[in-house]
Amino acid sequence: MTFEDLLSLGPLFNICGAAVLCMLLVAIWRNHRLIYYVTLVAFALALMSVVPVATLLPHTIAPLIVIDMFALFNSGAIVGSGLIIVLLSYNYFEEREERKEEYYLLLLLATAGALVLVISRHFMSFFLGLEMLSISLYGLIAYLRARQRSDEAGIKYLILAALSSAFLLFGMALVYGFTGHMDFPGIGAYLRQAGTFPLPVIAGFGLMLIGIGFKLGIVPFHMWAPDIYEGAPLPVAAFVATISKGGVLVVLIRFYQDIDGRNYTMLWWILAITAIASMFVGNLLALTQQNIKRMLAYSSIAHLGYLLVAFLSDTQSGLEAIAFYLTAYFPTSIGAFGVLIVMSSSVQDAETVEDYRGLFWRYPWVALVFTVMLLSLAGIPLTAGFIGKFYIVMAGVDGHHWFLLLMLVINSVIGLYYYMRVVAMMFRTTDTSQRIFIKPSLPLAGNITLGLIVMLLVGLGVYPTAMMQLIQQMMTLIK
Amino acid sequence: MVLLYIILIPMFGALLSWLASARNIALCRWIALVSLLCGLLLVTVLWVSNAADPTPAGHWMYNWQQPWIPHFGISLHLAMDGLSLVMLALTFFLGALSVLISWREIKFKIGFFHFNLLFVIAGIAGVFLTMDLFLFYFFWEVMLIPMYFLIGIWGHERREYAAYKFFIFTQAGGLLMLLAILGLYFIHGANTGVYTFDYFYLLNTPMERAVAQWLMLGFLVAFVVKLPAIPFHTWLPDAHTEAPTAGSVVLAGLLLKTGAYGILRFVLPLFPAASHDFAPWAMLLGVAGILYGGQLAYSQPDLKRLIAYTSVSHMGFVLLGAFAFNELAYKGVVMQMIAHGISTGALFMIAGALYERMHTRELSRMGGLWPAMPAMGTVTMIFVMASLGLPGLGNFVAEFMILLGSWQANHIMTILATIGLVIATVYSLRIMQKVFFGQSERQYALPDLGLREWLIMAPLVVVILWLGVYPQTVLGTITNYELRITTFSAPHVPQAESSGRVVPVSDSSFVINHAP
Repeated sequence: MTFEDLLSLGPLFNICGAAVLCMLLVAIWRNHRLIYYVTLVAFALALMSVVPVATLLPHTIAPLIVIDMFALFNSGAIVGSGLIIVLLSYNYFEEREERKEEYYLLLLLATAGALVLVISRHFMSFFLGLEMLSISLYGLIAYLRARQRSDEAGIKYLILAALSSAFLLFGMALVYGFTGHMDFPGIGAYLRQAGTFPLPVIAGFGLMLIGIGFKLGIVPFHMWAPDIYEGAPLPVAAFVATISKGGVLVVLIRFYQDIDGRNYTMLWWILAITAIASMFVGNLLALTQQNIKRMLAYSSIAHLGYLLVAFLSDTQSGLEAIAFYLTAYFPTSIGAFGVLIVMSSSVQDAETVEDYRGLFWRYPWVALVFTVMLLSLAGIPLTAGFIGKFYIVMAGVDGHHWFLLLMLVINSVIGLYYYMRVVAMMFRTTDTSQRIFIKPSLPLAGNITLGLIVMLLVGLGVYPTAMMQLIQQMMTLIK
Repeated sequence: MVLLYIILIPMFGALLSWLASARNIALCRWIALVSLLCGLLLVTVLWVSNAADPTPAGHWMYNWQQPWIPHFGISLHLAMDGLSLVMLALTFFLGALSVLISWREIKFKIGFFHFNLLFVIAGIAGVFLTMDLFLFYFFWEVMLIPMYFLIGIWGHERREYAAYKFFIFTQAGGLLMLLAILGLYFIHGANTGVYTFDYFYLLNTPMERAVAQWLMLGFLVAFVVKLPAIPFHTWLPDAHTEAPTAGSVVLAGLLLKTGAYGILRFVLPLFPAASHDFAPWAMLLGVAGILYGGQLAYSQPDLKRLIAYTSVSHMGFVLLGAFAFNELAYKGVVMQMIAHGISTGALFMIAGALYERMHTRELSRMGGLWPAMPAMGTVTMIFVMASLGLPGLGNFVAEFMILLGSWQANHIMTILATIGLVIATVYSLRIMQKVFFGQSERQYALPDLGLREWLIMAPLVVVILWLGVYPQTVLGTITNYELRITTFSAPHVPQAESSGRVVPVSDSSFVINHAP
């Protein structure tokens, strides 16, 4: 391994090193604050170590790993999101009774898994990253194990994720058995050469799609999402909604590019139908939710559908759209969970829509922050979400997929309804004196983090040019 | 730069008045009022200074451009011609009056109220000024959220339902418009190699007829929802009725006009051939609106709802005139936008004043109020007469010109639309009769117009009379616009140095087929 190899894996090494350090620290001196700071520093260092890698690109560590602009950008997004999640985590766990320290350990490992995913170009590294992510998530989701819904969610995720991994593994085996390759370009080259698409390979791709679809939480593999979001600790739910899905999406994009997915109409149609179904199921089911966590779960299913529309446009602008959308969606989604975090008390999570009744008149700041997040999710101008959605529509028009776009537009309207319902609830002026509301913890660090996220979202919404330029440079996949 | 100030003044006013509300409520109201009056003053100064020198056809008084997102060919491009100027004057005039009308009505969260009110005004001003389609969509959406809050927080009993409905309807239309904008953008880019959202480049986009028709419909949906035309009008009665007075005034007086403005500014110039093909249908929608809206207005038991439906009827004339494709009708449409803004705005203010005194909007519970409030009765009479189209008042000029113009385009539609005037007389007189005449069963002792209300009503009366007697003020200003209806020519856009893919194009013109 050369020095360049080491340097180019900087973010990953930082995170992994911190995981080891945390493990040792837990053994020596259990202290929540210490572990928190170590994790925070690790994430900050990892984020900084992204920058020097840019000079080495593209860099391949054959056969497992490839670090190109695309991977680097997504690594940065993942580490940045992880940093925000860590910032929001301290108070949430400090107030709760369980041992807190292992949470950071698991979070670091899960992030490391996601980082492996975005740089993998081989079934081995893909599966390794995915399992690292999944297994850490089993622990994370059930972390507050004394709470009833938490272990239910944990078990559910364990069983379903294990099952989906099995599908994925079997699919990989089939593909490998027939093509003789485990690296993506090798598979692509074999398929190009063979000209045909042997049945076992189709079956293999199908099975892999089940595994990937599960992790992405797209219809029809979305059943787990609401229960997991509801049961998991809030920062973990934020993690599942963003980093975990983003990492897998990156692998999907890379795989699709390497095997020239555009040549297989059937694959395109399967994904298109999945996208449409995800948008509709996600949005329609979100309409009736009374629990904001569940609503966010369904909304994230729909958002993955939107992302697939950009993905299916199969153009450079589609890739840019995905990158921008993720850049907008990560902080928005984490911010929405962040609001839930600061609004929760140590006894109870503030999760029902009713908990937010008249919030604007009680805590105007939090209500405004939440409004910005929801408007960004809904894609209203002045927020990053709007530019993101605009970018996706641009990509769709570019690829001439008018039908998909029409579906996206219809769904955006449906989506508006439930986001606005929460906003309306917060601004409702009915008498709130009889109800006893959850007393929110409103930690200072959380509030500052939320303020920064709001600034980021509005900044991206008003002046997206800088980010776009960065994305344009970064969206080059190695061929 | 002066155009940017027109948008920034209400925006800063919005922030300042919100901040001020924490310390002093009166200060907050004054800041809101003063900032809108400043805007009005600025627009008036621009009007006066431009009225002096005779301007050639296709002249844009001001033009300002800065790159915003050069990657997509999006720029902050503002420009003003006669039409924009007139609409801006109306915006700030009604805006200032809505602050005054809310002086006593709004009793809680005053800072946030004025923030929203001024932000809507800023969004509307942006819509009237922007010459970049992306920016246009942006402002189109910026108007929405504050309006949603205005209705949803300070409205009457069913405010949340009404706010929702308003929001979803407008947003759905807006998204279709976004699709059409993007379609136009890409077709223009594919055909000419210039990817830009700039209005003046997109004006002469070569495209197939079928494509143009679809894109035109995308734009039109957004505008007729806002206008509103049958069958997209159902949000309007709810929103107008449930909104606070200022909200109703802004909705009826200004927001509806953005739809009309959009048709005049974008649909017709961007897709001349396609709009011409669609014209009979659009006129039919307009006439249906006139008749159906009028009939519904007549049967309403609720005063605000009645006035709301008159808007549907009056906006039908706009649709009729806009698609008549001749100068006379266009001028009439612009006059109608202004006159309707003033007269309906005034009627909503009167309805608000009555509600403040009687706490009801039910016509059946009013009646015989003239002895108690002769002054208010007189003012109401003036605006009711304006609404039914009495000569000497602004609306008459407008509707007369529209009918004259549309006669040249389509006889049957015009005859049907004329029947609308009769219906207008019936429902308008019903307002007077139910509210001010008849038996006063309850013998209300109500205060007449106060000083503040006089301050609001007097300018409105003056303006509506002025428009009726000397409409040349407006018609003279929009001459430039009307000339460009027949010959669109891009202004000499000073090219922004770094506006991305935008490349200079020379002046070009396009001639619409005139209706026989």
